[in-house]
Order: sequence, then C-alpha cells, then structure tokens
Amino acid sequence: MNTIKETEQNHNEEHEHPTPLTYFKIAIALVVITIIEVALFYIPALENVLVLLLIILSVAKFVLVALFYMHLKFDSRLFSGFFFGGLLLATLVITALVVLFNIR
Amino acid sequence: MTTTEIEHHTSTGLDNRKMLMWAFLGSDFMFFGSLIATYLIYFGKSITGPLPHEILDIPLTSVSTFVLLMSSFNMVLAYNAIRNGNVNGFRIWVLCTVFLGATFLGFQVYEFREFAIHGLTPQTNLFGTTFFTLTGLHGAHVTIGVIWLLSLFAYSFRKKMDSNDALNVDLAALYWHFVDIVWIVIFTLVYLIGVSLSG
Repeated sequence: MNTIKETEQNHNEEHEHPTPLTYFKIAIALVVITIIEVALFYIPALENVLVLLLIILSVAKFVLVALFYMHLKFDSRLFSGFFFGGLLLATLVITALVVLFNIR
Repeated sequence: MTTTEIEHHTSTGLDNRKMLMWAFLGSDFMFFGSLIATYLIYFGKSITGPLPHEILDIPLTSVSTFVLLMSSFNMVLAYNAIRNGNVNGFRIWVLCTVFLGATFLGFQVYEFREFAIHGLTPQTNLFGTTFFTLTGLHGAHVTIGVIWLLSLFAYSFRKKMDSNDALNVDLAALYWHFVDIVWIVIFTLVYLIGVSLSG
C-alpha cells in the first residue's frame, strides 16, 4: 500500500506539464516529419530503403504525440505500462499473423 | 486541487477513471492491430483492381493527415486552457478541434465517394474489403471523438467549468490523441508504404 507521501509524489509527477510553446514546437516537428515522409515517397532513388525510412519517421511521430500530447513523459509509469503493453502485444500479434499466413 | 489529482483515495494514488481510459486505449491497440494484420495479410492478394497505387491519392491524404495532426495540437491547448481555469480558451480550442476533426471526416467521405465512383467498394476485392474496414472503423472512432468533444463544449455552458473539470477534458483528449496516433500508423502503412509496394 502506498504511503501518503508516495501518493503526493505521484500527484506532483502529474503536474509537470509542458507549456503551450512546447506543444507548438511538437506540432511543428510533427508537420515537418510528415512533409519529409511525403517528400521521400516521391524520390525514386530511395525505393530500396523507403519502407525503413517511413517506419522510422512514423515511430518518431508516434512517440512525440504519446510522450508530450498524451503526457506519458510526465504522468505515472503505470499509464505507460498500459499503453506500451497494449502496443507491444498488438505488434507481436500482427507480426505472428503475418508470418503465419506467409508461411502457409 | 486540480483534476489530475484524485478526489478520493485509491491504492495507486491515481484516478481510477484515468486508469480505465489508459487500459481501454491499450486494449484498443489490439482492435486496430487485428485490422492492420488483416490488411497486411491480404496485401497484394487481390485478383482484380483497383489496386492501392491506382486509386489512393497521396497529396489529398497528406492534407487530411495534416488536419488531424493540427486537431491534436488544438486539443492539447484546450486541455491546457481548462487546467488553468480559462473556460473561454477551452471553448475556442475545443471548437477548433471539433472543426478540424469534422474536416478530416469530410476528407474521408470525399475519398470513399471517389473510390466508389472509380469502382472500389468493400465488395470489389480484398484490398477494398480490408481498406474500408480499417479506415472506416478509424473514421468511426473520429466521429465518436467529435461527438464527445461537442458534448464537453455544450457542458461548459450548462455548468460553470473550472480547473476541477480538467480530468473530464483530459480523458477526451487522451482518446483524441490515440485516434491521431492510429492514423499516423495507417497513413504510413496503408498509404505511403502500400502505394509504394503495390506500384
């Protein structure tokens, strides 16, 4: 059982939210990454590495939204556990199903 | 006391409603995961067209993606406003979010209509079936989000909202950002990579 002090610490962790300026910077970063993604799509020379590059950029956008807009960087780690636990499980299921059906 | 703080004691020190929302979002990953897996399994197995590179409009979808990303930015500003007790600011930003979410849905309706005109329906081929199921259910999530945010906007006029209502906004914001995150994955996998590999 948590002590009152631990509970207060949890609350304090939740209070450290970013400023609107930080939110704006994240929005700019998201837009720039999206523009880069679309630009890469139209460069034929990158055909061989396109999928890898797009996945990396997509993960970057995903992480930015989760950490800053959803405040996982500042909230309790328990929330991160629920979120990334579900994500990990979904990724494993997708991978397993794709591999299974390709083998068949 | 702000609403991120609990108003009742819990063993974790965290609000149960917020915990439930995070558990739901974690489980919703499985929902979209199964749809994405189905799309990937049947990718390239359509016997007849239209195929992704013949019909998907990357410039149009890039604009709708930009719109949804900006809606997340507006949503986080709405949450920031209510945390600071700025009800008018909350109303403005949440209304902007609703407008952008509705615009995204408008893009999707236009896209689906164009596809139907060009011969792609859920019955046409495996691509059509998996594409419409995945993006359609994402659109349903966006629709629920828009209704939820509109109800919060209306609620702000019925009751005098203050920073104590921030948790209600926080829960809606988490859902909205999740919908945005899922679209980030769909845009990359279905549109950019899908067109690139099928072309």
